[in-house]
Amino acid sequence: MMERDHLLVLLRQMILIRRFEEKCAELYTQQKIRGFLHLYIGEEAVGVGVIQALRAEDTIVSTYREHGHALARGMPAGSIMAEMFGKQEGCSRGRGGSMHLFDAKTRFYGGNAVVGGGLPVAVGLALADKMRAQQRVTCCFFGDGAVAEGEFHECMNLAALWKLPLLFVCENNRYAMGTRLDVSHSQTDLSKKAAAYCVPASAVDGMDVLAVEDAAKSAIQRVRSGEGPYFLECRTYRFRAHSMYDPELYRNKAEVEEWKKRDPIPALIRRIEEDGTTAEPDVAQIERQVAKEIEEAIAFAESGTWEPVEDLLRFVYSERPA
Amino acid sequence: MTYRDAIREAIRKALRADDRVFLMGEDVGRYGGCYAVSKGLLAEFGPERIRDTPLSESAFVGAGIGAALGGMRPIVEIMTVNFSLLALDQILNNAATLLHMSGGQFNVPLFIRMVTGGGRQLAAHHSHSLEGWYAHIPGIKVLTPATLEDAHGMLLTALQDPDPVLIFENALLYNMEGELPADAGPVEIVHATVRRPGRDISVITYGTSVWKALEAARGLAEKGIETEVVDLRTLRPLDDGTLVDSVSRTHRALIVDEGWRSGGISAEISARLTEQAFYELDAHVQRLCGAEVPMPYAAHMELASIPQAATIAAAVEGMVRSHG
Repeated sequence: MMERDHLLVLLRQMILIRRFEEKCAELYTQQKIRGFLHLYIGEEAVGVGVIQALRAEDTIVSTYREHGHALARGMPAGSIMAEMFGKQEGCSRGRGGSMHLFDAKTRFYGGNAVVGGGLPVAVGLALADKMRAQQRVTCCFFGDGAVAEGEFHECMNLAALWKLPLLFVCENNRYAMGTRLDVSHSQTDLSKKAAAYCVPASAVDGMDVLAVEDAAKSAIQRVRSGEGPYFLECRTYRFRAHSMYDPELYRNKAEVEEWKKRDPIPALIRRIEEDGTTAEPDVAQIERQVAKEIEEAIAFAESGTWEPVEDLLRFVYSERPA
Repeated sequence: MTYRDAIREAIRKALRADDRVFLMGEDVGRYGGCYAVSKGLLAEFGPERIRDTPLSESAFVGAGIGAALGGMRPIVEIMTVNFSLLALDQILNNAATLLHMSGGQFNVPLFIRMVTGGGRQLAAHHSHSLEGWYAHIPGIKVLTPATLEDAHGMLLTALQDPDPVLIFENALLYNMEGELPADAGPVEIVHATVRRPGRDISVITYGTSVWKALEAARGLAEKGIETEVVDLRTLRPLDDGTLVDSVSRTHRALIVDEGWRSGGISAEISARLTEQAFYELDAHVQRLCGAEVPMPYAAHMELASIPQAATIAAAVEGMVRSHG
């Protein structure tokens, strides 16, 4: 029974992310959300599985495709939605938008939209923890595209050299925007690149939330015990376009449909039903709860207020002493 | 005591006073610092706090940002300003931006020191003056200490700042001898200062050029020209008030900057004087800047690329003697 409850928790988080983002796409076409909008749909098992294995005191550094990470971390859906609406009730006061969600309370250090740019910051956060003898783990998400950046290689070396408490989570969705993995990498087995820097590495099926959670748990255990960084590659796929502007000329529909057969949400429902019981009432209840949560998030965003233009120059420098 | 010693003394004080402070960069430990600034500190504070890094500017500057976010007070040393370009993504996109982009949640008390300036025949990859570029970026502070007291005090002040501070140390100053008061401590970083008062013209400059301007002023005094030398000290934020006050007394301004002329800090200062002190000016503002070439190696060519005491004196004399 315990296990079933746990599976339902994971299911609820994945459904929340899925429905939240479907709504985001809708709100984007209504121009309530502007700028770039990168959807995580298809990749939910990665964020949910990994973040489930973290503790509240741990730290997350993320990418511009981070709504799923923020929701899985427990950031209120309303503060995320309000941010995308550009309202000052948003988690970044409307200064960041979809790609730059921040939340000190849940130790969520952003939404970084320069590919690879979050890795050095994560190295530093982990370094601070190590120097201050904190028992924290820093979890740094990035995509397969980031692995081609120099910062990835510099950071693997530095993290391994200094034995930092850092979990690198590579969300390998096979495309750096529109460039396929084998078009941009001479070595497509990405975990080998981490291993070359003496960072222990493994790859996991990123469409299987339980496999991700298991892999993350054992990786985090190693990291927390002081063994240094770990590189976890989660092989996944984004079902939607790179962003709302992307006409998807670089991949064919058959490939997308093939991956959709491995949709992590139905896969988890099948897993729950393996013991012969139906999950239908649970799923229906989750869908109802999630729909309500999203409705409230939108209402919160709608009723949010615009930051006064007189405040434009705030937050360039600190308003409080060090 | 030298300028170098003054910086080392400040780092030592900071390391002793605050266990959150640590120094990291290329060759800061075992080698003793590329310019010997951190010589001896490894033995005193150990490899955790005097931390040698690999040649990974972006990673260790970014690590400085993360460490600052994580509650530490890192001093990040970049060997030379040209190398800092490898870390520009971290400096601009993260250090200068995170506070704003997070709606005020995450300030970055990062402190970066780097070497700047020419004059040592190191050619185009070690000799430029890019501090004016950095002064373009909102979210950071840019300091250019010309004296021992500022080199020492600005460092201590920078470590108390809640936001990113970049200090540019001109390599020619490291061996400069001087005195540091026994009670030397943090200095204010808000104001420019008049290093020599004079009634005829304001020479506005910073870093090594302050000393060249003072040398020029001594020679000009013998010819009856009284030159005021204003040391900017801080390039961002600029202290408009002191500049306007000075120009309001002298009615002439020459800006001296080792950096390139086009789009440089000298252009910014000139624009501000025009905006704020136009009717005080008896002559148009002039600029003496680095020649617009990548720094050449040959000594005579390098010398010609950078403002010198003689060229400053000639420019001042030309301005004061002409009417307009």
